[in-house]
Amino acid sequence: MTFWEMFYNNKLALAGCGIVALLFVVSLFAPLLAPYDPGAIDLKNVLAPPSAGHWFGTDQLGRDVLSRMIWGARISLKVGFVATGLAILIGTILGAVAGYYGGWIDALIMRFVDIMLCFPTFFLILAVIAFLEPSIWNIMIVIGLTGWMGVTRLVRADFISLRERDFVTAARAIGAGDARIIFLHILPNALASILVAATLGIAGAILTESALSFLGIGVQPPTPSWGNILTAGKDNIDIAWWLSLYPGLAILITVVGYNLLGEGIRDASDPRLKR
Amino acid sequence: MTRYLIKRILFMIPLLLGITVICFAVMHLAPGKPTDLQTQMNPKASAEMKERLLSLYELDKPLHVQYVSWLKKLTRGDLGTSFSSDHRPVADKILERLPITILINLLSLLIIIAVAVPIGVLSAVYQDSLFDKVTAVVVFVGFAVPTFWLALLLMIFFGIQLGWLPISGLRSLNYEYLSTWGQLVDLAGHLVLPVFISAFGGLAGLSRYMRANMLEVIRQDYILTARAKGLSERQVIYKHALRNALLPAITILGLSIPGLIGGSVIFETIFAIPGMGQLFYMSVMARDYPTVMGILLIGAVLTLLGNLIADVSYAVADPRIRIS
Repeated sequence: MTFWEMFYNNKLALAGCGIVALLFVVSLFAPLLAPYDPGAIDLKNVLAPPSAGHWFGTDQLGRDVLSRMIWGARISLKVGFVATGLAILIGTILGAVAGYYGGWIDALIMRFVDIMLCFPTFFLILAVIAFLEPSIWNIMIVIGLTGWMGVTRLVRADFISLRERDFVTAARAIGAGDARIIFLHILPNALASILVAATLGIAGAILTESALSFLGIGVQPPTPSWGNILTAGKDNIDIAWWLSLYPGLAILITVVGYNLLGEGIRDASDPRLKR
Repeated sequence: MTRYLIKRILFMIPLLLGITVICFAVMHLAPGKPTDLQTQMNPKASAEMKERLLSLYELDKPLHVQYVSWLKKLTRGDLGTSFSSDHRPVADKILERLPITILINLLSLLIIIAVAVPIGVLSAVYQDSLFDKVTAVVVFVGFAVPTFWLALLLMIFFGIQLGWLPISGLRSLNYEYLSTWGQLVDLAGHLVLPVFISAFGGLAGLSRYMRANMLEVIRQDYILTARAKGLSERQVIYKHALRNALLPAITILGLSIPGLIGGSVIFETIFAIPGMGQLFYMSVMARDYPTVMGILLIGAVLTLLGNLIADVSYAVADPRIRIS
């Protein structure tokens, strides 16, 4: 069976794909889909419970929660892709260099990975953010800069098992340089596992961003993000359950979607599962 | 065993040095000087006073000199003085908040082991049963739930709707008037939600890992041998298989420590628990750099210690490790 046949027969992976696609559509068409302006304050309608007019209720300033969540989807999408893209870029380059060259370069890079892994990631992120202005770009960069270690290990392992193969020897025999062998010959063979790590990494980045925004050091109001709507949920926990319930549900479904997609790609690209 | 232990501890030294280098780099690569906050707020701060502050914190010297003197202070347990208005030594501030954070993390580790191991074993033994399928779904969702959201929902349900559990702090207002037993019950009540939330993230990971391990062990030849010599199924699973499946789980527990410690920021902030995580959050908000760095360092050292304990207990449990 080909990759696509395997993937197509996996209903859970298709469901994950559907959730991710929905997130894209919602983000892309946010201005058309949102029933209200996400920043429109309505002080006569503060903390209104869900109704026909406001499906998910309103927040402490009378803003429509559903509209804010629809715009918040854009933040999640952006953070997931940029932060993970950065982590994958760093992790792939370091892992490829460590795995391909071995020796002291490998030892140096992997000790650095060991040291980075000693830090509780959330501590490291918070410590760096303490020095920076909290903004969506800083958040994405910091999440990316603290999330590349797993990818490095993964890519390195792939490179170590691939670098002695015949096709690499053949490429070297016809005079290909190191960069050419690394990027054109070995890397494409490691792409499947990188793609899986990226998909699962996006899920992790979205969770981290929402936690940071929830704590008030991520995406800053009035920009709506799922995490900072939940902050309002905590502040009004005894009177407005809808502020706490729906944004979290959106995070949960999104993360489940990326995880299903990631596992689906892993299963479809694993030759041992092919029958 | 002693040789293994010494080797393992020697291996920690370069990691420890690396940790201090990264902490130091984070502190000094940041834009602006740490003293800016003190001088900017003060319109009377003269250029001369700024100079004096800089030399007080030794910021006027070259970086490597600063690093060495910082390291020297560190070996004496001196983490500097907090920038906050109390101006107390950072080490004191952290030490008084460390016990509660460690208590909650240890309790949640115990819960993770007590719950995840049976779940993993049972879903492996009864593979593809209804139990296995239900736990697979629960575990999958468990991976995706934002813990702070789960904390909010539990606060709403158990704290506000049902009124069963307190949702904030460690003690009730009438704590001082309670008997010793009453105080203990009160403290336990306050700890239920935080410990559960802290344990939740680790539950999914470990139970899934135990299931995979168990499935692999059950297929081994020595399990077949145990069955062939007529042992009961109970003895085969719980004596022969479980022991071997448990070993690698020790490493996973060690690896989950940074996540647990990192998570303490979230649940301590939500539940207003005066631990190290809450201090970290407050210091980040107040830009109290010495305290931020101190906690970052302590967090990494705790992780390193946790990994050491995991590796050593692995070696105690598995003779193959300490011999090779």
